[in-house]
Amino acid sequence: MPIIEAHGLTKIYRVTQKKEGFLRAVRSLFRREYKEVRAVDNVSFAIEPGEMVAFLGPNGAGKTTTLKMLSGLIYPTQGSAQVLGFTPWDRADEFRRRFSLVMGQKNQLWWDLPAADSFQLHREIYSLSRAQFTRTLGELTELFGVSKLTDQPVRELSLGERMKMELIAALLHQPQLLLLDEPTIGLDVVAQATIQRCLKDYNVRYGVTMLLTSHYMRDVEALCARVLVISHGRVIYDGPLARISEQFGKSKLVKLHFENDGVPTDLESFGEVTHSEGPVVDLKVERTRVPEVLGAILERYTVVDMSVQDPPLDQVIARVFEEARVQHEASSQSS
Amino acid sequence: MKPVASPHDVDDAVEERGRETEEDVRSIKEARIVRIARKYGNILRVSLIERLTYRGDFFLSTILRFLPMVTTILLWQAIYAGAGEKPIAGFSLHEMIAYLLLVHISRMFSSMPGLAAGIARDIRDGQLKRYLLQPIDMLGYLASYRGAHKIAYIATSSLPYALLFFLCREYFDRLPDLLTLAAYLCSLFLAFAVGFFFEASIGMIGFWFLEVTSLLYVVNTLNFFVSGQLFPLDLLPPFWAAVLKAMPFQYMAYFPAAVFLGKIQGADLVRGLLAEFVWGVVFIALARWLYRLGLKRYSAFGG
Repeated sequence: MPIIEAHGLTKIYRVTQKKEGFLRAVRSLFRREYKEVRAVDNVSFAIEPGEMVAFLGPNGAGKTTTLKMLSGLIYPTQGSAQVLGFTPWDRADEFRRRFSLVMGQKNQLWWDLPAADSFQLHREIYSLSRAQFTRTLGELTELFGVSKLTDQPVRELSLGERMKMELIAALLHQPQLLLLDEPTIGLDVVAQATIQRCLKDYNVRYGVTMLLTSHYMRDVEALCARVLVISHGRVIYDGPLARISEQFGKSKLVKLHFENDGVPTDLESFGEVTHSEGPVVDLKVERTRVPEVLGAILERYTVVDMSVQDPPLDQVIARVFEEARVQHEASSQSS
Repeated sequence: MKPVASPHDVDDAVEERGRETEEDVRSIKEARIVRIARKYGNILRVSLIERLTYRGDFFLSTILRFLPMVTTILLWQAIYAGAGEKPIAGFSLHEMIAYLLLVHISRMFSSMPGLAAGIARDIRDGQLKRYLLQPIDMLGYLASYRGAHKIAYIATSSLPYALLFFLCREYFDRLPDLLTLAAYLCSLFLAFAVGFFFEASIGMIGFWFLEVTSLLYVVNTLNFFVSGQLFPLDLLPPFWAAVLKAMPFQYMAYFPAAVFLGKIQGADLVRGLLAEFVWGVVFIALARWLYRLGLKRYSAFGG
């Protein structure tokens, strides 16, 4: 049975339109004008226990709004969802004991106190037994490598250490579902990698389902086998990360190393030369033409080394977003 | 540590509805009440640790708070000198100064600095989310936290207070008897409830308006007068005194102080305590109702 099931989730926000100019501002005091924003539009998906899934999408795509609905913070305008067998926005205590939402930009720990004190508060909020609390905390601080830091005031910790403490606080009650909104935002590459490793280890060890949003492709590549690409409130792709390039990447990158600097001059007829340095040339070729192009080049020139690669994932994703935006604008103009 | 075997499963077993008798239901309900009480009690204990980190600040703020007292005492001495040292509205000079000191004790229980503004800020910047995500009630949590705050504050400022009351001992002509003292303590605890839920209700307005600071300023300024912090309500013309004594604000300052001085006795005292209790319940209901209404709006529009 899926741990999360969403059917046609839709959220329409009504935002007040602020007008410029004094008179208009005065008028809007009495009569407000609203604009409807479809933040999430008919989103459906199912997530099985133990999966690690990423929401990918540009700012304002509806990722966070979807997470908020799944965690019960807001009601959908339409549609339904079952999370851990509960309707999230009923906010049953039993439901709230079984999941955690961590937002990278918000902190929950007491700023001037050691994290250990905040953990105590969590123990009380979730009514955990002392034995269970001590054991879980021990395991978590060891897993995250912060055993020595729990007695230091939180304000003295680095951003990465603080994020680890936030995660520990979120995991103390052993949730079955962990929702993460930008868990590595603002962290340097090293700290990002550590957080990723910790989350991965935790998932492997305890089989916790994780759903995360992130801007960093690194996060997604490191953690999630499955991604949901969201753009303008719609899911435009649901599947393995690796296959995004197959579906959306129309071209491949052919790297060629020619012998004795003998770089041919007619390469442009095969594809676009994106990079050229000495005998090494990067050639962007349409996916379907790759075999034909390779055949022709190998026949005519001496090639020392070559490889065929997918273009970098973030470039593919950026293209997907861009295309979705153009499409969205076209469709909203025609309607 | 398998998430499958977490404590809520145990709770599930306890709360499993099936073939339970009425008695079971009752004992389960009782167990739940005990558990909830223990939970918020423990939250109070943990919060106490947090608040005690700021004890130095408490100590200083207590001392500073009494500096204006000196000018107030001088002012009233001048007023009484002008009135020929006769009692005003039943208050002698000594009683008047004792009253003004006692009002500080009332406010120690009923004032809630930053509560309404804090709730409004939580709503605005999204910290409210934690109360929706975690199995915890916002008002219950804030009340425990504020209780801890008050205990820490009263504990750390008791020394300067004791010193002050010792210095001003000549203004207290006689100390209340035990029964009055018990009623006084009772009125102070209820003052905490009235003050807390009154301010919390104001904070809930943050669900509808982004800024509550100016409203709060107006309310606090008015409250300073109508709760009797400036002078005893008896000094007002009888009609206005009666009006203000019918309002809930007097319980945040005037009422406990008047009880201590023995100005309210017998049936009046019982009626007053009962009214204070009812006002506390009214504000609890109001705060809860506004919270529920606000959450509906928050979940529909914001988040």
